[in-house]
Amino acid sequence: MSDALLTVDKLRVEFGSSAKKRFTAVKDVSFEIMKGETFGLVGESGSGKTTIGRSIVRINELSSGRILWKGKQISGTISKELDREVVQKIQMIFQDPMASLNERAKVDYIVSEGLYNIGGFANEAERKAKVEKALLEVGLLPEFASRFPHEFSGGQRQRIGIARALIMEPELLVADEPISALDVSIRAQVLNLLSELQKKNGLTYLFIAHDLSVVRFITDRIAVINKGDIVELAETEELFEHPLHPYTKALLSAIPVPDPRQEKRKKIRIYDPACHDYSKEGPSWQEAAPGHYVLGNAAELARYREEIAGAHAAP
Amino acid sequence: MASTTPLLSVRDLVIKFNLRGQVLTAIRGASLDLYEGETLAIVGESGSGKSVFTKSFLGMLDQNGWVDSGSIMFEGKDIAGYKSQDEWRRIRGKKISMVFQDPMTALNPLRTIGKQIEEVLELHQGLSGKHATLAAIDILSKVGIPDAQTRHKQYPHEFSGGMRQRVVIAIAMACKPKILICDEPTTALDVTIQAQILDLIRALQSDFGFTTIYITHDLGVVANVADRVAVMYAGQIIEQGTVEELFYDPRHPYSWALLSSLPQLGIKHEALYAIKGTPPNLFNPVQGDAFAPRNPNALNIDFLLEPPDFSVSPTHTVRSWLLDGRAPRLEPPPAIKALKAKYERSEQ
Ligand SMILES: Nc1ncnc2c1ncn2[C@@H]1O[C@H](COP(=O)(O)OP(=O)(O)OP(=O)(O)O)[C@@H](O)[C@H]1O
Ligand SMILES: [Mg+2]
Repeated sequence: MSDALLTVDKLRVEFGSSAKKRFTAVKDVSFEIMKGETFGLVGESGSGKTTIGRSIVRINELSSGRILWKGKQISGTISKELDREVVQKIQMIFQDPMASLNERAKVDYIVSEGLYNIGGFANEAERKAKVEKALLEVGLLPEFASRFPHEFSGGQRQRIGIARALIMEPELLVADEPISALDVSIRAQVLNLLSELQKKNGLTYLFIAHDLSVVRFITDRIAVINKGDIVELAETEELFEHPLHPYTKALLSAIPVPDPRQEKRKKIRIYDPACHDYSKEGPSWQEAAPGHYVLGNAAELARYREEIAGAHAAP
Repeated sequence: MASTTPLLSVRDLVIKFNLRGQVLTAIRGASLDLYEGETLAIVGESGSGKSVFTKSFLGMLDQNGWVDSGSIMFEGKDIAGYKSQDEWRRIRGKKISMVFQDPMTALNPLRTIGKQIEEVLELHQGLSGKHATLAAIDILSKVGIPDAQTRHKQYPHEFSGGMRQRVVIAIAMACKPKILICDEPTTALDVTIQAQILDLIRALQSDFGFTTIYITHDLGVVANVADRVAVMYAGQIIEQGTVEELFYDPRHPYSWALLSSLPQLGIKHEALYAIKGTPPNLFNPVQGDAFAPRNPNALNIDFLLEPPDFSVSPTHTVRSWLLDGRAPRLEPPPAIKALKAKYERSEQ
């Protein structure tokens, strides 16, 4: 195994009790997240991206496969110490800052909740000091601790959500659409905050989003997920410059860009799953170029390799 | 464009709300002309008044709100003065229609899709029975619902989000309105579906020849659909122009800030431009330029006196003292210059 911080190995998540109603949300998905990187998981609604995030923080159960934290398995039954470690070290921030905060609790309690759960402080003074530090880190005033969530704006609420994750001194932050519900002008603030915290605290992010323009700006690598399958994975710029899988191409072609001339010229590609001929040979996960993975069969892979060689050779 | 008479003409509109005894001025003197056949986009941050402004064209303000002064001229009448629901019924749904962000709330979950379209046709066009059914099926297929024959008998929950939005558009289109207002029509949808809905509205627009107002916070969508753009801030239109003027030559510091904060225009591993502070509290009177407290380059006069509209071109107006001859020349921020440079390169 490499020095991955988190390894997702053939993760499969199914919902529904009876065999008839069963729905496979995530189909044998594998990827690794390296320490210090921002790894993006993009896909449309219902593609399974949130389910993957929730499996990592162990809200959703796995049907099969494994999740490893620094090489140690954290899915299934694990020891008490390891459980405590991951409860602390892997934190999640949610999409909707309104819905994810307990309206009746004061900010002081909301931010300390995780600490209470793991007994993460020796005395009241230490807890208070930790709350204060976390609030300052996200750019909020310590006196906000005595207020209620409804007294804050959307951007401030999202900061509270980040503060309650930071107080645990996490190593991995799973951010599920952290800015989608925010106003344009506030998005930039929260994105800046996330990158600042990463530089300062050496955080690793799993950034889950459907907005590809944001993902391009913030991530180092991206995995594209379609209907429970990861179809392509590459370094961010590589993926944007040389997308291979037709689904990725369709997704990228649809992103609106803030440039009228470019936008009015653009052609949208539609993804038709029937474009794959898997009657003779099914798809498998392959490396098309160094670090650039794609789901396809041998014939497709040969085409993808040609495409990538051609693109890199072109000026 | 400027020479033709506008289809709808709003002048110095002021809209107020009463909230538990306190009065909030949501629209603080907004003027706008809408020209036949065009697509106008209205952008601005949350609470700037985009929805309230356009809802007033259909008499759809909440109970506690009213047009305090100003006029909305439409087909020779000042509809801002309309009071009774009878008067509004002649406009709403018939001449001016609105499509909202969340298609689920616009549809009745307990009635079939077909029935909901038929109701509108009965109300506004007097169609009934088989005629209404056939017309409804026809409209459904026009908005791209496959197999409309069977689909029209289904309920909203049997439709995907994108298909529901198509139905809402079908209902809004049922009476062939002159103006279609789309309030964040694609915000809840995935990008690929969004692109299809935008294409659909564009196709319908060229078939039926209506005029469209888009309200959106997504400047990518604006670039895609708009002929002209109006930027709102704190209840006023602070800049308006053709889509190219707005993107390649914006002049108002708020428009600069709005564009600069986009990740698409940012430089990786560098901080994005972020607008500081919050918009003004509209319960209090605003002195001077409402954006001044958040504008790092605000002039002294910005805090004292409200700026008038300055013309940059016959189609481009800006409400900022920066355009006054006595103001210092200010360079636009880097992201704006980069966009302009890219445009100039493409011109050559
Ligand atoms: N029924 C109401 N009572 C009191 N104030 C209202 C009411 N409806 C709207 N407002 C206020 O009017 C102002 C403009 O609101 P509006 O909904 O038009 O903003 P918007 O630009 O559409 O924002 P968003 O992007 O969030 O939809 C806001 O300050 C809002 O709080
Ligand atoms: Mg609105």
